[in-house]
Amino acid sequence: MEVLLVSIGGAAGATLRYLVGQLVDGTSFPWATLVVNALGSFVLGAVTVGVSDADALLIVSVGFCGAFTTFSSFSFQTVSLWDRGEKRTAVLNAVGNLVVSLVAFAAAWQLVP
Amino acid sequence: MRRRQLVRHGKAVVLIAIGGALGATLRHAVGAAAGGALFVTLTVNAVGSFGLGLLLFDARADDVLSKRSRYVLGTGFFASFTTYSTFVADVLQTAPGLAVLYVVASYAAGFGGVIASRTVVSAASGGGIRPPTSGDG
Repeated sequence: MEVLLVSIGGAAGATLRYLVGQLVDGTSFPWATLVVNALGSFVLGAVTVGVSDADALLIVSVGFCGAFTTFSSFSFQTVSLWDRGEKRTAVLNAVGNLVVSLVAFAAAWQLVP
Repeated sequence: MRRRQLVRHGKAVVLIAIGGALGATLRHAVGAAAGGALFVTLTVNAVGSFGLGLLLFDARADDVLSKRSRYVLGTGFFASFTTYSTFVADVLQTAPGLAVLYVVASYAAGFGGVIASRTVVSAASGGGIRPPTSGDG
């Protein structure tokens, strides 16, 4: 049962991440990854305080938010920026993802009663 | 949207959904097996960054893998196996001093995983990785 719930959330999260990537495609800065990481962190923050049902948490927290956000694409894109000689942008991407996602998660904590 | 575009996106979505379901499930299984320890996320993120790097550097070298397998394994599996949101939750739920160390270690492990995968692909392909282009990855 746990496997099924996490799978459903994971399939939805991965698919939606791909669609966000298609919408934001075509810029040299990896905006799509920043957007999914920030949004996913916000949703995770919200359900952490707002949801207590264990099954719902498996779908949304572990499955959806875990798969919608991505650390591997973030790492690859940061290294790629650095390799292209865009070192300041690489650092900005690394710090930006962290700061924006931390703020998004903390904001959800404040906003959800 | 034209029919051909819809079919292309439709196929990609199915492949990515399968990979995403597997990646999320395996991440959950690893976490459950390790008892939810803090450094589980770090390990998963490092391993996943290495795996994704293998696929994406291969695309710039030999291009052994098809676009289809990159959807299943890359955008689907490895991107979903790793997670940024749980990493952020870990950071905010850890004592400040340890949290800083955790961020530095996670970033080093993620970037290190990508660099290690480049070394592996470079050795396997005789060093022929094309340089990244704008918007690549």
